[in-house]
Amino acid sequence: MKDAFGLPQSLLVLGGTSEIALATARRLIARRTRVVWLAGRPSPALEQAAEQLRGCGADVHTVAFDALDPHSHETVLGKVFAEGDIDMVLLAFGILGDQANDERDPAAAVRVAQTNYTGAVSAGLVSARALQAQGHGSLVVLSSVAGERARRSNFIYGSSKAGLDAFAQGLGDALHGTGVHVMVVRPGFVRSKMTAGLPEAPLATTPEAVATAVELGLRRRSETVWVPGTLRAVMSALRHVPRGVFRRLPI
Amino acid sequence: MGDTVTVMPADTAPVIVTGWGRTAPTAARPIRPRTYEEAVAAVRGCGARGAVPRGLGRAYGDAAQNAGGAVLDMTGLDRVHAIDADGGTVLCDAGVSLHRLMEVLLPLGWFVPVTPGTRYVTVGGAIGADIHGKNHHVSGSFSRHVLSLELLTADGEIRTVSSGTPLFDATAGGMGLTGVILTATIRLLPVETSLMSVDTERATDLDDLMARLTADDHRYRYSVAWIDLLARGAATGRAVLTRGDHAPLDALPARARRAPLDFRTPQFPAAPALFPEGLLSRTTVGLFNELWYRKAPRARTGQLQRISTFFHPLDGVPHWNRVYGRGGFVQYQFVVGHGREDALRRIVRRISEHRCPSFLAVLKRFGEADPGWLSFPVPGWTLALDIPAALPGLGGFLDELDEEVAAAGGRVYLAKDSRMRPELLAAMYPRLDDFRALRAELDPRAVFTSDLSRRLAL
Repeated sequence: MKDAFGLPQSLLVLGGTSEIALATARRLIARRTRVVWLAGRPSPALEQAAEQLRGCGADVHTVAFDALDPHSHETVLGKVFAEGDIDMVLLAFGILGDQANDERDPAAAVRVAQTNYTGAVSAGLVSARALQAQGHGSLVVLSSVAGERARRSNFIYGSSKAGLDAFAQGLGDALHGTGVHVMVVRPGFVRSKMTAGLPEAPLATTPEAVATAVELGLRRRSETVWVPGTLRAVMSALRHVPRGVFRRLPI
Repeated sequence: MGDTVTVMPADTAPVIVTGWGRTAPTAARPIRPRTYEEAVAAVRGCGARGAVPRGLGRAYGDAAQNAGGAVLDMTGLDRVHAIDADGGTVLCDAGVSLHRLMEVLLPLGWFVPVTPGTRYVTVGGAIGADIHGKNHHVSGSFSRHVLSLELLTADGEIRTVSSGTPLFDATAGGMGLTGVILTATIRLLPVETSLMSVDTERATDLDDLMARLTADDHRYRYSVAWIDLLARGAATGRAVLTRGDHAPLDALPARARRAPLDFRTPQFPAAPALFPEGLLSRTTVGLFNELWYRKAPRARTGQLQRISTFFHPLDGVPHWNRVYGRGGFVQYQFVVGHGREDALRRIVRRISEHRCPSFLAVLKRFGEADPGWLSFPVPGWTLALDIPAALPGLGGFLDELDEEVAAAGGRVYLAKDSRMRPELLAAMYPRLDDFRALRAELDPRAVFTSDLSRRLAL
């Protein structure tokens, strides 16, 4: 069960090698979390992540999960929920793709969309139903500022996150009053292996900062969390910039 | 009631349930049995996520919540069955509130044996949390005055449980996890009037306070101290002591003597549903505490006060818990034994240094420990305080206090808890294993389950 500060005792991470997810897990383990399920494609990296979290003092299990195989989600996640209540699901999987390449390779672009959007729709709905049955829990969805307004430089990734973001907001409204809390987290540019080699955007942040914001959001039962918080104002302004100007902006 | 139909309420939609502190909301199916048969049917058919009885929802944390399961609202079973006005006992349903009991009993010259800081708790809740009051040093906890009770257990049977049996001691303070209390027979306290004779004095710091409480507590039936936890330096732990007893008839002025057992409870408007967040800041609470301390007389004896003024000042404002805003609040209450005053001093100093904006902090000396396996009181010092849940760093700070309390052999009160680590529980409650064993035998499928029992693996 979550405590008075919204801190979970058990955590299911979908996308178990995500750096943001692992930073969040480390932080929550330091507070209250004792049981962690890392769901992801079986890989040495996943096992390594599990080992690292065990070192923090949690009881960590890994489970084979593929965002691109939505038909398996019911079975895979059902098994996790059958083992005991999950106080928080962190939907953290996602790929950035390679915009320049993906524009020429529609199949690769579709893979971005399927991972970030349709995979999340499936896993989100499966998790939501399980959380609703237990009458409590938080579904924390890692969205992105890229979804707030599609940009020339990464609109394939951006559009997938826009879909995810809208889906998660709607899901949050659908689950309002069921005891399940859906929190959409919109980080800006996060310095991680996913963005390694990319030019850094203004207001860049770190996985640890996202983890801190998630913890605060859980306590406040926030529905939307921007990281850093100033991005909320910045994106609110950018959203209203005329198209002709927006497409010329160096962002 | 003349109600002969015992149709179970159809599958009701889940509603959001919280404790009095309004933190950690979860959804549960509410079921409000109006007869014992309905209660039995509710327990038998409660489903995989079980059920937990709930009274008036005054437990601060998640004791009367059951995410995904059923919450049995017991306030529908609210009959006072029999009063022995000569012997001083009452047999009533568990859903009867202490407020109702006072209304019924005071005109007959009887009072409830123990009352906490609110009258709006049910008899079932009073036993389940084994509540204590300002008279603990004299009278012990509520369950000590319960002669027997009827308990609806997980198998759907109703058992009569007498005081002194293992099942009684597991149920007293058992947080509703041994079954649903349906009725209780309670021994009462005779009173001549409905007024209290109160002595008030100030203590300049914590040591002064403890010295005064130690020296004179035995002279009073009721004793408690409001403590200013924002005072720092030499004034750390300054307090206002209020102690007294039921006023005898001859202490009343002539006019009041005409209706000495009149029970009146002033009501103010309820706190609004939307209270501004952060109204209770260090500044405002600091100011309040300063005023409260200064307005208290240095020493005054024999002041006549209403029962509601002396025992239940907050009951005058319905929904006072809303003043903490949307974020809710945490109540922290611990006890450390006699001889561990060092730990108490350290904790008070730490709270004062941490600047917890707490305007409802009370210190009390407990008497003998109570027989309930999970009963809270042990002989020593208990401190209770409210803190807005939104205070930054509060979770970690309270964890540190837990460590300090556990290291001193003390414990934290489960009826108020909403955030403790499960690991410390066994050290704080040595009879936890007995409790778990009894539950495993009596309720192997864990029909009685609450958010508290899940969180702390009770």
